[in-house]
Amino acid sequence: MTAPPPGPTGSRAAEGHALRMRTLPVGDHGLLIELDSGEAVEALHAELLRRAAAGQLPATREIVPAARTVLIDGLAAPERFAAELAGWEIPPAARSGARTVELPVRYDGPDLADVAELWGVTPDEVVRIHSGTEFRVAFSGFAPGFGYLTGLPERYHVPRRATPRTRLPVGSVALAGPYTGVYPRSSPGGWQLLGTTDAVLWDSAREPAALLAPGTLVRFVPRSFDPHPEAAQ
Amino acid sequence: MTDRAFAVVRAGALTTVQDLGRIGHAHLGVPRSGALDADAHRLANRLVGNAPEAATLETTVTGCAVRVRCAVTVAVTGAPCPVTVDGRPAAWGAPVRVPADAVLEVGTVTHGLRSYVAFAGGVGIEPVLGSRATDLLSGLGPDPLADGAVLPLGTPGTPAVAVEAVPHAGPVRELVLPVRLGPRDDWFTAQGLRTLLTGVWRVSAESNRIGLRTEGPSLERARDGELPSEGMALGAVQVPPNGLPVLFLADHPTTGGYPVVGVVQEAALPAAAQAAPGTPVRFVRAHRSPRTRGAY
Repeated sequence: MTAPPPGPTGSRAAEGHALRMRTLPVGDHGLLIELDSGEAVEALHAELLRRAAAGQLPATREIVPAARTVLIDGLAAPERFAAELAGWEIPPAARSGARTVELPVRYDGPDLADVAELWGVTPDEVVRIHSGTEFRVAFSGFAPGFGYLTGLPERYHVPRRATPRTRLPVGSVALAGPYTGVYPRSSPGGWQLLGTTDAVLWDSAREPAALLAPGTLVRFVPRSFDPHPEAAQ
Repeated sequence: MTDRAFAVVRAGALTTVQDLGRIGHAHLGVPRSGALDADAHRLANRLVGNAPEAATLETTVTGCAVRVRCAVTVAVTGAPCPVTVDGRPAAWGAPVRVPADAVLEVGTVTHGLRSYVAFAGGVGIEPVLGSRATDLLSGLGPDPLADGAVLPLGTPGTPAVAVEAVPHAGPVRELVLPVRLGPRDDWFTAQGLRTLLTGVWRVSAESNRIGLRTEGPSLERARDGELPSEGMALGAVQVPPNGLPVLFLADHPTTGGYPVVGVVQEAALPAAAQAAPGTPVRFVRAHRSPRTRGAY
């Protein structure tokens, strides 16, 4: 209504797909690029990282992918960059070569039965479907190392719980909307709890500190739950 | 004891270690953090001969007191406050030599909110992702100071440069925030945008290092609902469903789903860091950042 976008929109992907972009101003040094789909966000983000690695990107402070947008902050001349961006050839993001992380999960979460009911399957089927899905970290946020993982078909998307829990344990594997997330630390939350993992999602002293970063591929591997492993021997 | 460290005698209401923050990790969900009044932080460092990225202490209203275990040059800037060394008055806004074992007391502010205490050599704790800043949103960096805690000091580098006069902004009687509309100004009606640029709010007592909250008129929305999560910039003016603008400060979340009506210029954020609850707040349309005109 006011503040027209600083640059023209529209760019052509290598395979002839138009990657439609809407460029919105974010202060004096930032741009928010809005795209039509998560796949388009993935493609633009991958291209930005590729160009940054090749030294073909102007200096930035942050590049933050999200559900339908990529935020680029810290540009000296955002209008000029927006105009340049409109002429880019952006191929679809290649998944080959992406880092893959396997997370062992005990599928013993308190919402497993509720999720099974929402999906119209048995709890065992929930485990089979969830652990049989290849997830991808679409973006991070909420807490250091918290990834929003996509990959479940739309029919398995679930609402948040009506009443959020005051405390979700560290390593909770949970569902909400189109996303699966793993809680790097204990926190309140309204997501549906499927289980827990012992994987360390965030360790400030580790390089890299975050186990999951945008673009990381993730598989959940079921572990049987045994509260008294020593008694089994 | 002559080790390079200080012990916290009185932590004050909220005293944190701050520097210029963790830039470049927002895509992992890591807030920038860093000194809210970055100008005062830089000045304090300059007065004691530190680089701008050296870690200082950021106090909140009631100051703090520390006993230094070695002789060290310090400087207090930001919100003006009484400064004493072993009970004797010392200068605010100037280098002060504190002898070993003496207590440096940073008193309650006379106006403003946050004072900055630089030590020659800087606070020498281990950095996390390149920064020593305490991030109160995500918990990265050191805990806020607690009585009895001991923090190391770094090794002083070059001697302090002479600074003849310390520029001082005076009390923030009215916080005027230059805002550039977007990215989501189209989520508000023309009336809502007029309210933004003509209305007067007051700084809410609910404000903190994450955001400056306001009380006053609500911005009328052109559409309901939430956005899919999107990246948030420092200085973003986010508008939750109650319609009251929230100015995102250093510890802001990296993504959010409420629309951002505009973004305040970074040069105005130090004043926001010093605006006490009740201070009137106005938003004015920004033209060009002074920093893009080549001031830096």
